[in-house]
Amino acid sequence: MTAAIDIASWILLTTGGLAVLVGGIGALRMPDLYTRMHAASVTDSLGAILVLVGLMLQGGLTLVTAKLAAILLFLVLTSPTSSNALASAALLAGTRPMGDRHGPDSGDTP
Amino acid sequence: MTELFGIFLLTLLVITAVAVVRAQNLFVAVMLMGIASLLIAVNFFLLDAADVALTEAAVGAGISTVLFLSALALTVDREKAPKTKVGLAIAVTVVAGLVIFYATLGEPRFGDPNSPVQTHVGPWYLEKTPELVDIPNVVTAVLGSYRGYDTLGEVFVVFTAGIGVLFLLGHGRVRRSLEEETRQNEGLRHYLIPRVIGQLLIPFIILFGLYVQFHGEYGPGGGFQAGAIIAAGMILYALLEGEKHALTVIPQKVLLGMMAGGALLYTTVGIAGMLMGGNFLDYSVLNDNPVIGQQTGIILIEAGVGITVTGTLLAIFHAFAARGD
Repeated sequence: MTAAIDIASWILLTTGGLAVLVGGIGALRMPDLYTRMHAASVTDSLGAILVLVGLMLQGGLTLVTAKLAAILLFLVLTSPTSSNALASAALLAGTRPMGDRHGPDSGDTP
Repeated sequence: MTELFGIFLLTLLVITAVAVVRAQNLFVAVMLMGIASLLIAVNFFLLDAADVALTEAAVGAGISTVLFLSALALTVDREKAPKTKVGLAIAVTVVAGLVIFYATLGEPRFGDPNSPVQTHVGPWYLEKTPELVDIPNVVTAVLGSYRGYDTLGEVFVVFTAGIGVLFLLGHGRVRRSLEEETRQNEGLRHYLIPRVIGQLLIPFIILFGLYVQFHGEYGPGGGFQAGAIIAAGMILYALLEGEKHALTVIPQKVLLGMMAGGALLYTTVGIAGMLMGGNFLDYSVLNDNPVIGQQTGIILIEAGVGITVTGTLLAIFHAFAARGD
């Protein structure tokens, strides 16, 4: 039983780590702000959820798991909100998404 | 494994520090400094210094970044070209760095059991705390009781810094155009998503601050960390609902009272010890049972620290925000 839980949590932690890595590479390699945010959100959502659930399996039914669950809830609420705020702030500041044909400076973003 | 992780984090820290120096855009520099603080906090955590790590994360990465950003809003976000020669500055830095590097060669090895840190008063603190103070977190006992003078000094440093900023910026309202005034007072009220999530989270942030404050005797935490967290919750409220609403919740006068009141509470506990026949900041005499007296004293002075830190941080934030741009 313990071995099964361990294996499950290792799988979750490894895939979570991979998701964080993919998010990091994406944030560096994507061409403009919005696609970069899209890549980085993999770290926030999938990576964080997988790693935290993996850690919860390691913690078992203890206070640690409850604390990890609280962190997970906090992340699930805040990271989409901050992404949304960042994207609309960028849009307000005049950064157009790449390939947007209606903007004043289409495709020409720093 | 821990050493490997530490070296990795310290390398990242050096890279971040170089990036801060090289950044021409001050906004980028502020963000990088937040990352540097977070890296230092993780390093502290690796060294098992959870209390310091919590402080660094809350103050360095959290509140300082917000205060730097509000300061940036008052000025430009581009670095001016240096007027003096860079060569001299680099020479001084290199020499000072080499001297510090040379000094580290004389230090005992990391974790050396014979180093002064492990043989001086440290063992006494660890051995006597269960008997004298009887709280699980020895750091809080050292900070609040054994080294109470130092912490009193720190509280007055925070208090003085707050007074300095308020003298420079003035805490009164600056006259501005009506449009500007409305924008400031509106905050982000029109922007629904952050507002709803913020309203959901702010009570829990403040509750967590109180937990850190009063759980400091049992786990990592205490007045400094709690003050920063509660101030962060209130700053979030001010950003979302506007300055005016935040100042209705805690008016400026109350903030100034908190700044002075916390430091005053701390000092009063010290003087109460004197009046009851002990030394200054000797809590043992506060109760018939010296152990209960110690605990009462620590809880009271931690409350004083928390009140002063919250008041000062919020007063500084409002002073910056009131200037507008």
